Amino acid sequence: MSARPIATTRSAAGMPTARLAVWWVIASEIVIFGGLLGSYIMHRLAHGVWADHAANTNVYFGTTNTFVLLTSSLFAVLAHQAAERGEGQKAAKLLYLTTAGGFIFLCIKATEWTIEISHGMTITANTFWSFYYTAAGIHALHVIAGMIIMLFVAETAKKNQELHRVEIIGIYWHFVDVVWIFLFPLLYIAK
Amino acid sequence: MAESIPAGSNNGHADPGDHGSHHEMTFSEKYIFPLDHKMISMQYMFTGMFMALIGGFFAYIFRMQLAFPGMDVPGWGQVSPADYNSFVTNHGTIMIFWVAMPVLIAAFGNYLIPLMIGADDMVFPKINRLSYQIFLLSALVILGAFFVEGGAFGGAWTAYPPLSTKAEYSLTPLGSTLWITAVALEFVAFLLGGINFITTAMNSRAPGMKMWDIPMVIWMIVIASILFMLSVGPLLAGGIMMIFDQQLGTAFFDPDHGGDPILWQHLFWFFGHPEVYVVLLPAIGIVAEVITVFSRKKLFGYKTVLYTAIATGVLSFTVWAHHQFIAGIDPRMANVFTVTTLLISIPIAEMMFVYIATLYGGSITLTTPMLWALSFIFEFLIGGITGIFLGASGNDIFLHDTYFVLAHFHYTFYPIAIIGTYAGFTFWFPKMFGRMMNDKLGKLHFWLTIIPFNLIFIPLFVLGTAGQHRRIFDYGNFPDLAVPWMQDLRVLATVSLCVMLGAQLIFFYNVFTSWRSGPKAGKNPWRSNTLEWTTSSPPPHGNWPEGLPTCYRGPYEYSVEGRESDYWPQNEPA
Repeated sequence: MSARPIATTRSAAGMPTARLAVWWVIASEIVIFGGLLGSYIMHRLAHGVWADHAANTNVYFGTTNTFVLLTSSLFAVLAHQAAERGEGQKAAKLLYLTTAGGFIFLCIKATEWTIEISHGMTITANTFWSFYYTAAGIHALHVIAGMIIMLFVAETAKKNQELHRVEIIGIYWHFVDVVWIFLFPLLYIAK
Repeated sequence: MAESIPAGSNNGHADPGDHGSHHEMTFSEKYIFPLDHKMISMQYMFTGMFMALIGGFFAYIFRMQLAFPGMDVPGWGQVSPADYNSFVTNHGTIMIFWVAMPVLIAAFGNYLIPLMIGADDMVFPKINRLSYQIFLLSALVILGAFFVEGGAFGGAWTAYPPLSTKAEYSLTPLGSTLWITAVALEFVAFLLGGINFITTAMNSRAPGMKMWDIPMVIWMIVIASILFMLSVGPLLAGGIMMIFDQQLGTAFFDPDHGGDPILWQHLFWFFGHPEVYVVLLPAIGIVAEVITVFSRKKLFGYKTVLYTAIATGVLSFTVWAHHQFIAGIDPRMANVFTVTTLLISIPIAEMMFVYIATLYGGSITLTTPMLWALSFIFEFLIGGITGIFLGASGNDIFLHDTYFVLAHFHYTFYPIAIIGTYAGFTFWFPKMFGRMMNDKLGKLHFWLTIIPFNLIFIPLFVLGTAGQHRRIFDYGNFPDLAVPWMQDLRVLATVSLCVMLGAQLIFFYNVFTSWRSGPKAGKNPWRSNTLEWTTSSPPPHGNWPEGLPTCYRGPYEYSVEGRESDYWPQNEPA
């Protein structure tokens, strides 16, 4: 039974229901990351010694990942454009490319973490590394969640159904991207 | 709900909105995994009431221990200090997160939003169902903590580290992690629910329903959901940090290894204070609906109430450190938070005045819901005024962590969670179940709840000003607190609590018998204006099988001059 309630099809606020809702999802996510990163920044300012720990993060991995994630967002935009034109097949393909970008991101992250952990920089090493793994880990969970949802959206988009969902998952994916844009300088560049 | 119209029989098959009703629903589709907002609301309502019984039982155990230290509590037995701590902690946590939140926001929100804005359901029925399922899981987790090794968490509902993070202090290695996990799951459930509420109210209003035609309780639930959404994030992040501290050995909140225990307090209260308003606003909204109907008057200053609610919401983000005046924060900061805390009483007082002005000159009928609504105004006023004593940082140094604080927040939360709920439940009971409640039993229940409530907490105000500290298992160890007159007041509070808990049996008896055999309510027993009263009681699946209503005017057009009847339903064309 997939028929929607009439409630879902109304738009008294002048915006489709799904888009309105995803903005609220993002609003709630912003405060989650805001609280975490706010705590990190306060600590960082209070502990000059963290700069020494931060010097051990690998900017090359970080930069590559930034590039990978931004590129995947480009595919998400192209998928949205294809969906707008009603080309579900093409949108689905572009969504698969976006997912692949997320996958590469996670692979690089895994390599990076393996190296760091094997050098003794574990989550319990000190509070900088605790924040590092917690913030990047929660972000990675969002990447994984986005990838899973994207695969579902691509499945329906392939059949030219529910094409508006391509835009919704795109908005979410951009948000995941933007979170990384905050994490990258805070964890990698600031030494 | 049991005798609601069989699904699929009434809904026109050409109606695109009758989702899921093309076939006869099975028992599990209808009652266990429902998509219908009314049934999900009932799930929240009765889960919340069940949790309230558990929270009340905990209160009974620890109050008995305080009044009669060392006695075998009937129904439990000897209370150990660890039992005491875990009961106090979980009483607080359960009453706020598993009673006030699910009943006031989720149950009333789910029930009222689609019906009052003239929609057939919430915008995302499946997310709605998921939200309840996560909530139920969280309830099982927090109760499950009582059965693990070491028992349930006992470090107070605020869970300050290091007590909450170090197992060697709390002695509950698993209980404390289950506690914070349950709280985090509950937050996720209400984030999902909240998004649904906000989006539904924003997007799915009946044609013709403008901003100022939305009933106040809907506004309040929406503002509360937004407040919750914007305040809970940092604590959710903090909860993850706390779980890592407990189980992985990180040191986010451990000053010995570069962490900061005050950080948790900031994260907790940045959420914790707006949370007060998250549950307060829906209760205030319910009261607005009840007093306008039973005084047959237009709400005095609709926009004033709305603006003050928004002002309260904004200000509520700036007051959190008044919980931490003696935690070692900068005294200059304490001054700032004193000012903001005193400021926030202004919009709340404004609302109270608006309600009193609404009552003034009205034709008041003292039905059971009206009694609850009036007592809300009276009792909450006491809670609010005592808050000013605590908000002043100089005064707070003396009163901090005494029973004065405890009595103060019970005078706010009790009117919100219990009185507000009873006002709403007795008011909408005819709509929910299609039958009237027994008014005599309702009034008996009211008086036997409200008088003991005051007799519990007024003595605690006195004890608090006399210096009685919170979170103490047995005052026998403190000679200056174990004097006879103080012990007498403790006994008075405990006996009153037992009377009050016993009186709830009247309520459940009343609900049960009225549900089975109360007089039929009809569509609109209170002669109310809002849209939920224009459909049958209880509303069928899809709410208005004959077609969704259109809205023509505001919700509070009572006793309009020149009209024969003293009410004017929102859906009646001019």
